[in-house]
Amino acid sequence: MSQRVKFYQTGTFTVGNRLLDADQRTVQATRERNNSLTSGHRACQGCGEALGARYAVDAAMRAADNRLVAVNATGCLEVFSTPYPESSWQLPWLHSLFGNAPAVAAGVAAALRAKGDTRTRVLAQGGDGGTVDIGFGCLSGMFDRNDDVLYICYDNEAYMNTGVQRSARTPAAARTATTPAVGEHPGNVMGQGKNPALIAMAHEIPYVATASVADLHDLEAKVTRAMGMGGARYIHIHVPCPLGWGSRPCDTIMLARLAVESGLFPLYEAEHGEVVDVTPIRRRVPVEDYLRPQKRFAHLFRGEGQAETLAAIQATADRNIRRFGLVPEEVS
Amino acid sequence: MLKQIEGSQAVAEAVAMCRPEVIAAYPITPQTHIVEGLAAMVREGKVGTCQYINVESEFAALSAAIGASAAGARTYTATSSQGLLFMAEAVYNASGLGLPIVMTIGNRAIGAPINIWNDHSDSMSMANSGWLQLFAETNQEAVDLHIQAFRLAEQLSVPVMVCVDGFILTHAYERVDIPDPDQVDRFLPGFEPVQVLDPDDPISMGAMVGPEAFMEVRYLAHHKQMQALEAIPALAADFAESFGRESGGLIAPYRTEGAETVVLALGSVNGTLKDAVDEMRADGQSVGAIKIVSFRPFPLAQLREALAGAKRVVVVEKDLALGLGGIVASNVRMALRGLATPVYTVIAGLGGRSITKRSLTRVIAAATTDTLEDPHFLDLDWQAVDSELARWKERRRAGPIAENLLREMGLVGHRPHGTEGPTS
Repeated sequence: MSQRVKFYQTGTFTVGNRLLDADQRTVQATRERNNSLTSGHRACQGCGEALGARYAVDAAMRAADNRLVAVNATGCLEVFSTPYPESSWQLPWLHSLFGNAPAVAAGVAAALRAKGDTRTRVLAQGGDGGTVDIGFGCLSGMFDRNDDVLYICYDNEAYMNTGVQRSARTPAAARTATTPAVGEHPGNVMGQGKNPALIAMAHEIPYVATASVADLHDLEAKVTRAMGMGGARYIHIHVPCPLGWGSRPCDTIMLARLAVESGLFPLYEAEHGEVVDVTPIRRRVPVEDYLRPQKRFAHLFRGEGQAETLAAIQATADRNIRRFGLVPEEVS
Repeated sequence: MLKQIEGSQAVAEAVAMCRPEVIAAYPITPQTHIVEGLAAMVREGKVGTCQYINVESEFAALSAAIGASAAGARTYTATSSQGLLFMAEAVYNASGLGLPIVMTIGNRAIGAPINIWNDHSDSMSMANSGWLQLFAETNQEAVDLHIQAFRLAEQLSVPVMVCVDGFILTHAYERVDIPDPDQVDRFLPGFEPVQVLDPDDPISMGAMVGPEAFMEVRYLAHHKQMQALEAIPALAADFAESFGRESGGLIAPYRTEGAETVVLALGSVNGTLKDAVDEMRADGQSVGAIKIVSFRPFPLAQLREALAGAKRVVVVEKDLALGLGGIVASNVRMALRGLATPVYTVIAGLGGRSITKRSLTRVIAAATTDTLEDPHFLDLDWQAVDSELARWKERRRAGPIAENLLREMGLVGHRPHGTEGPTS
């Protein structure tokens, strides 16, 4: 297509779908769509994980020509999709344990290789707890061996399934059931946590990407790109959780977008340990815009507020922006 | 073909002949030689298209095996001791999902204190996990049980542990009849899974199950164990017909005809036990032995029948249920419930302590006169134990138990922690 003028949806900076080439458009409802995670599941209203999984798995299915096996870690996604005797999964799907999805997927991939099945692909998925905490050893092992598995982490920044406890992805100062908003430094401790996308890159695996439900088109493109490669691949998707974050279900996409636009959740792609592309921030917002609508950060804005904490969170965002060159004019 | 071969290597060759498609394993003594042997055979292209996964932990080893088995591959792993404990969650998961994985346990004690030598604490810790557990007496039986295990596992869609005494069998070189690959192929058909992750026929495996169906799922897992009570002897008979030798089965009695005292044991100690029985029989004593091959399912009815004529039963076991006594003995008592037959427990061989024929003969003789205490701790150093108990009474900060005992026994240079005066 030769169209050069971009029209964006009002206030969103999302490019109009109709202006894209047909093969690049995001198609939400079509008879060809597999609906791998089909309707009727029991996710909460406004669940970012259900949305992210629906788009990610369908994109992977399309790329695999509908020959995909999914392995799921224990967690919200597993529980809301398969309460016995129902299942929302329209593809071969296996749930084993909380901390072993990468190893189980490696086993599936090995079985397919042993059987000479070169067409069927393997997807593993889990939440942030299952991925970066209890399943991290198995994930690192899968990266180390470069197993032919695409691992997708849906990051809602705490253990939501068990009632919102802190994980290694819980952001600084966030209130959870185990980091209560009391005391001198309320909420999650500053200076803790880990960054699995960067750790994945340190394994020098073929592909690592971060994505957000705020930009489903980008999410699908990254999944499609990953599926075009072999070996261990990792995509980390930011998925707001209204229940755990204390936000309105209708604000899920807005919050995901503010996380990106504030610089707290940078979107980038890396190959073999090197960043190859970043999504620039078109309209930068202060972290306060992202934090304020969420009850888990309410203590930062109560009474005298927590100016120091807010400044530290802003510094984290600023560092991300510098580190990944998210605001082009600030780099040059 | 007869070979003078290390037990682990013999097991590796037997497993390779069963044509596994995926092997995932993590090193732990004394199981390592088995998977080293398999890694070499896979790399040399002797195991078809088999994939060998070098995993980062035992938990990952069995997890990868779960994925491979669910994808329809014949799957094998092996471990010991701490490794089995580290994979415990996956042990229950594999049986809960009904995946026919075969796993060798190179039986080893569980720490602390860390100890690499043989006893049965590891397998016993997983006795109720839903896996079948078969114990080998010799390396020949270890080979034969592995070949039977794959067929048994796949027939019932249930995982099987083949338990092989660490070092005593795994590292022993002895004569083993390694079967012909064609013979194994005829005995063991290809794996036809009852459930498989197949894009052409998508299923969900591992759904969440609440109170409405969980009991039924568990019952069916128990039912498979009951089915195994019939399948194991049938398979052993078929094996004997195909390979020309007896191996496996639920139990194997030895000179129990008319025996007043019958001694029960699992695994390699049965060799010593048979020698003891021979000696005591020659001495005119009415003694016999029964080897328990299948610990899970536990052959309650078969043992009750085999022990019908016995006046007393002695269970020699390489494990200890702390706070209770014998694990095997408890199971045997269940087999004999309602009968007055006394069951004596002999806790023996923990952490690799040698079980000698002389000691066995002594305790069996004591049992025949009903003068054996229960449980009896075979060859326990009571002096060292009493001295340590006395120290606990004397001082609050008594120090580390294992180190004190080693000093007390003179196995290391210094006197026990806090002991006054010069060292001797």
